[in-house]
Parts: sequence; C-alpha cells; structure tokens
Amino acid sequence: MALTAVNAVVIGAGAGGGIVAKQLAEAGLSVVLLERGKWYSPFDCRKDDLRNQRTSVLGNGFGPDDERNPRVTVDLVGRERILGASRPGYQNNAACVGGGTLSYGAMAWRYMEKDFRMRSTYGHVPGSTLADWPISYQDLEPYYEKAEWEIGVSGDVSPDPFHAPRRKPLPMPPLPPNREYEILHPAAKRLGLHPFDIPMLRNSIPYNGRPACMRCRWCVGFACEVDAKCGTHNTVIPKALATKNCELRTECVVQEIRTNDHGRATGVAYFDPDNHLQQQDADLVVVSCGAIESARLLLNSKSRLFPTGLGNRHDWVGRNLQGHTYTGAFGLMPEPIFDDLGPGAGIAICDYNHGNPGLAGGAMLANEFIRLPYQFVSMVPAGVPRWGKAHKDFMRTAYQRSIAIQGPTQEMPVFDSRVQADPVVKDFWGIPVARLSGGRHPHTIEISTAMAAKAEAWLREAGAIQTWQRLSGPGLSAGQHQAGTCRMGDDPATSVVNRHCQVHEIPNLFVIDASVHVSNGGFNPVLTIMAIAYYASDHLVRRWKGGGLA
Amino acid sequence: MQRRTFLAAGIAGANVACRSRTSRWRFFTDEEARTVEALCAQIIPEDQDAGAVTAGVVSFLDRQLSGFYKPLRETYRRGIAEIDSKAIEFEGRQFAELPLRSQLNLLQRIEKDPDIRPFFNLLTDHAMQGFYGDPRHGGNRDRVSWKMLGVPYPPVRGRLRYDFTDPAKGEKPWL
Ligand SMILES: Cc1cc2nc3c(=O)[nH]c(=O)nc-3n(C[C@H](O)[C@H](O)[C@H](O)COP(=O)(O)OP(=O)(O)OC[C@H]3O[C@@H](n4cnc5c(N)ncnc54)[C@H](O)[C@@H]3O)c2cc1C
Ligand code: SF4
Repeated sequence: MALTAVNAVVIGAGAGGGIVAKQLAEAGLSVVLLERGKWYSPFDCRKDDLRNQRTSVLGNGFGPDDERNPRVTVDLVGRERILGASRPGYQNNAACVGGGTLSYGAMAWRYMEKDFRMRSTYGHVPGSTLADWPISYQDLEPYYEKAEWEIGVSGDVSPDPFHAPRRKPLPMPPLPPNREYEILHPAAKRLGLHPFDIPMLRNSIPYNGRPACMRCRWCVGFACEVDAKCGTHNTVIPKALATKNCELRTECVVQEIRTNDHGRATGVAYFDPDNHLQQQDADLVVVSCGAIESARLLLNSKSRLFPTGLGNRHDWVGRNLQGHTYTGAFGLMPEPIFDDLGPGAGIAICDYNHGNPGLAGGAMLANEFIRLPYQFVSMVPAGVPRWGKAHKDFMRTAYQRSIAIQGPTQEMPVFDSRVQADPVVKDFWGIPVARLSGGRHPHTIEISTAMAAKAEAWLREAGAIQTWQRLSGPGLSAGQHQAGTCRMGDDPATSVVNRHCQVHEIPNLFVIDASVHVSNGGFNPVLTIMAIAYYASDHLVRRWKGGGLA
Repeated sequence: MQRRTFLAAGIAGANVACRSRTSRWRFFTDEEARTVEALCAQIIPEDQDAGAVTAGVVSFLDRQLSGFYKPLRETYRRGIAEIDSKAIEFEGRQFAELPLRSQLNLLQRIEKDPDIRPFFNLLTDHAMQGFYGDPRHGGNRDRVSWKMLGVPYPPVRGRLRYDFTDPAKGEKPWL
C-alpha cells in the first residue's frame, strides 16, 4: 500500500539530510525525512566510555547495532571478513537523528581555496583520481557563513593568516583556553607558526536558545547532556518539523529508490519500525545517507533502465572512498598538566595545510580531545610493554602529563578504494550490505608521515621531555570522515552528480552529503557538508519554484 | 515481507562446560575463573595501587561474556585451556598454581607463540577495559583505576547541576 505522496523524500537525518529537509520544508515543499536510527535524548546519554561513537568496544552508542547491520571488508591481501557495526574496520559513522552530528567532536572547518583546486595546484598524482571541484570556495562562502550562524559555531580564526576570505566573523567567541592550550600557544609562536582557536559547533555562550558548554570530560563520541553541542538534531531538524511541512520517520530503513520507465525517481521503498515494507512516493528524492550508505543505496536500486544501479552508468558510484589519514605525536611533559577542562581540543595551526615542498597538500594540526583512561591504554611509546607492572607504571605517571597533537591529512583519492553491494551477504532486512575494499595512496602516507614530524616538533618546543609519533598504515580509510563516493563533476563520464548535487542521469534525484566531495580537505569535513547542503538546497528550491526539475 | 537469511558477524558460542548451581560466575567455571584471575593479576598487578583482581576485572569479563562478548565464549574457553596446558607442559602445574615468577616467564613465552598470542592479546585488551573503563560494566570497582590516575569524580563537571537521572525509570543517581 502506498502512503500519501509528498514533494520530497530525504533519506538520512544526518548533517546533510537534516539541513536539506529544513530548507525544503521552509520553502513550502512537503517533506518526509526517513532515518534508520532513533532520536536519542539525554537520558540515553550516560557517558559510557566503553560504548560510544569513538570507543565502541562494547558496541556503538548511537548505532547502528551489531546484530542487524553487517558489512563485508576486503583487506589489501584479499582477505574477506564479515564485520558487526562496532568492530574495527567497519568504517562507521552513526545511525541516529543528527547522524554524526549528535556525538561528534564538533570541529567546524571551512576548507581552504586550494582544497577545491587540488589538481590545478599540484598537478596529476599518478595512481590517484585527484581533481578540481566543479565549484569554488567562493561559491560556498555564503553557505559556510549560513551554517556557522544557523547551526552555531564558536572560535576565532582571525589570527590564522591562511584562512580563506570570509565576510563575517564567527557568531560566538572561543571557550577560554585550557592548560594544553596555554602551553602550546607560545611554543607555536616561538616556532614562527600561527596558532588560533579551533572553530567548534559548540555553544561557548548561550545561543539559539540552548546553554553554554559546561566543559565536561566526555565530548567527542558522546551526546551533550546540556545540549551545548550544536548538531542537526537540535537546530535544523526541529525547525523543519516546526514548519509542519516535514514529517520525520525514525527507525525506517530505506531499501531502494524506485524509478519509472522515463528514467525518473518515483519515491522509495523502506522498512518501517515493524519491519513492514512501505512505499513512499515523491516528486523528488534526496539521498543523504553518508558516503558509504548513499553509494550502497544507489547501487542497490536497480531497474530495467538502470541495471547497475542509479547514477552508475560509468561505474563511478562507490569509487574514491576516502576519509582522513590521522597522524601526529604524543608528548610527555615534566609535570602534570591535566586540568580536566573539556572538550580538550582548542588550539590549531594551518601552517602545514599547503606549501609543503614535494607534498601535494597537508593537514591542519590541533591538540586532541581529552583522552579517557581506557583510550590512553594503547597510547604507549615503543619500548613500553602492553601489560604488566611497567605498563601500569606508565599509565600512572604519564596520564596526567601527556599532550597529543594530530591532524587529518588530505588524502589522494584512489579509484579502487570503493563501496560495492556485496553479492552474497545481506542485512537483517535482506538488503545486500556494503562491501568495502581498497587502501590508501602511498603519497597520502608520505604526507601524513611528514605531518607527524611537524606535530612532534611542536611538542618538543612546548617542553615535552619525551615524544613519540603515531603513524598510519596503508589500509582503507573512511570512518567518521568518509567521503567521495558520488563525486561531483561537470563531466558525467567521470562523476556521479553535477555541481548542484543532481544525479547526472536522473533530474529529480539528488545526493547531498559527504559523498559528493571531490577531495576531502586537510580538515574535518562536517562544515563543508553543511555548506554544500545549504548551497544545493538553494538551487533545488529555485528550480522547483521555477517550474520543476526537468 | 520476505526475510532472507541473515548472516550474523562473529562466531556463535555455546556454553559447554558444567557449572554448579552455586557458582558465583555466569560463564566461567570456577577453575577457569581461577586461571583468568591469575592472568589478570599479571596483566595489571597489585602494587601501591589496586590491580585487576581488586578492581573486579574477572567479574567484568564474566559479565561481558554473558553479554556483548557472548560470541567470544568459545575463544575464551579454548584460550584458557591452552594456557593451562602450556603451563602444565612447561612448568608442570596449572597457571594459577605457579609461582609469580614462573607465570611471568610463561607469559613471555606465550607472547612469542603465534597460536596463543591472539587470545592473550584479546584478554589483555579486555582486562584493560575492565580496569580502566566505567564501573557500570562490572569492573573498576570503587573507581580504583581512576583514583590511581587522579581523575576526579564526579566525572562530569556540573553533573550535580545537570543531573538527568530519571528515578521514574528506576535509574540510580550517580553519587
Ligand atoms: C565521534 C565522531 C566525531 C566526529 N568529529 C567531527 C568533527 O570534530 N568535525 C567534523 O567536521 N566532523 C566530525 N565527525 C564527522 C561528521 O559527523 C560527519 O562527517 C558527518 O556527520 C557526515 O555527514 P553526512 O550527512 O554525510 O552523513 P551522516 O551525518 O552520517 O548522516 C547519514 C544519516 O543517514 C542515515 N541512513 C543511512 N542509510 C540509511 C537508510 N538506508 N535509510 C534511512 N536512513 C539511513 C544514517 O543513519 C545517518 O543518520 C565526527 C563523527 C563522529 C561519529
Ligand atoms: S564538553 Fe561541552 S559541548 Fe562537549 S559534551 Fe561536554 S558540555 Fe557538551
């Protein structure tokens, strides 16, 4: 039985989907927002340090669950494994209203101008599909601003000479510095670097009707008990619902996007909370499931006209899966410096994002969020045993004295790092699961190794008496910063969506989330995902009002 | 709706060993618990601060093996038995009965053995979870590890001001 048709179905209530739903609903379209996860409240958030979105040894805090959502991974030597959703290698982000934004660390970076012109800046990188974006920083600038003011960002980027031109400052001042910040700031200055306050999607003062951060220990990976962290779940999604034009349906798992004989999308089929198959027809469909699940859904939506899935005529859906290669260093200070002042991360430099001789890019470097005791267990330098008296001694003496600096190296996209629909394994609902394979480009490893050395030098200048690096292996990268699987481009032969996030072959089908990123910047991605969602929604609404999506 | 075969991740475990009705363990036999306790005492020994045994790491493991780690039951059963048989092979007695020095020697040997090393690594990681993780999961009794590290309590600054504990749902307050 089909439900009442609407103007738009948006699939996924995360960073991208939440914004699109609100923009369309405000423009007067009737919208159904489908989300496979639940809408969590602070009662569900008990700051469980073994079960959250960052440390999931006892399961994911905010989905998906291990029982119903397996994936298949293929490692570099071709070994296949079936993994539960909280296991290492699954490349999880989240499954809940707000998506990753409910529990993220909330760093709110604009990419730099060069990040949209990587190919023009660095030329061809052999073995990589590195390319320019079809849009520029200037195209997104007004939408970055909208995200910063509407979702809410605190910080101060004015001391950073490398940031791209911006019209307005951030709406909130930074949180006061913690001890690590006070140590690292003068050290960076002494090195001739340009430290500043990380922009964060976190209230430093009351904003948008919600209180300021109470500076707790458990931020990244957890929901905020005082609602000071700003995500789509406590900003745009409530606003979308308030228009009365948007209906949010949680615990609804979309199975496929349906198309007709004219090659247009007609709506979606999804499993409702009782696992009954429902059909929701719509004039247009927006896919915002995150980079892995969006690709999977397009690949699983096959029909006579689209035998290999939607948008996949040239076999680009699911390709170029990327994330960030995190490397950095730990430093041991002579005295205890732990002040328990959350979120912990607060200071960054962008001196090494570009302009590194011989390297096609780089990374922003920042101090780390508070390291919880169990997380610290594996942060030992070489030479310290993993167990026994010596390990316990290390924990006891080092925990309060450690600083960590790391950064997200911008990756060289690899065509064969990819999402496929697995030919055999199905999830609980009978839908073919994502099959992930591929690895990192060697130049990505090279850049990230150079970044670790920069981090280590900063720590040494700050007075660390012992430092050690954290480097990356060659395996697949995606995870919380997953991106790139439905590349945006002007040429339909080498991309999946056009510059307005519209699937090349299907005028009323859009992909609006991290999937469209051509490259992923040397920064955490979410503010760019948000900016693109505002930008693409604007265009969509204009076309809709101008007579439809031909 | 047509539901097709669902392939669960991991290995399904079966509780094969017999337990007496009065056992304090949900999963371990008393003998297994004794071995695991001795292993944990080596992984996080007691010194001026509490170690794994005082922190209740064995209870944590026992509880998780009846919960989230259920799929690992067979791995544990086999791993514990293998360590005990190595102990008998090289030192003539079960692991828990060996002097501490011999236990340590044996573990150093086990760390080099590609067959048992994976289980020992798994146990080490789980013991760390039980010792340094949140007490709600059955380990880190009286927050002993957090006291050792000097991590203050209550864990959330301002928690008193913002206590979301819901007594109506039977939730216990934090303090
Ligand atoms: C612990 C953590 C820390 C992070 N820290 C930062 C940070 O500091 N800064 C930063 O920039 N980024 C951070 N991120 C990453 C950021 O959250 C993601 O980049 C962002 O949320 C991705 O947005 P998206 O719209 O692509 O997908 P998501 O936000 O993942 O949203 C996708 C949604 O679609 C739903 N969905 C998927 N498939 C289906 C289906 N078939 N049917 C129905 N619904 C479906 C999912 O459940 C999900 O809710 C962090 C993430 C995590 C988890
Ligand atoms: S550090 Fe601040 S924003 Fe983060 S969870 Fe704690 S109170 Fe909320």
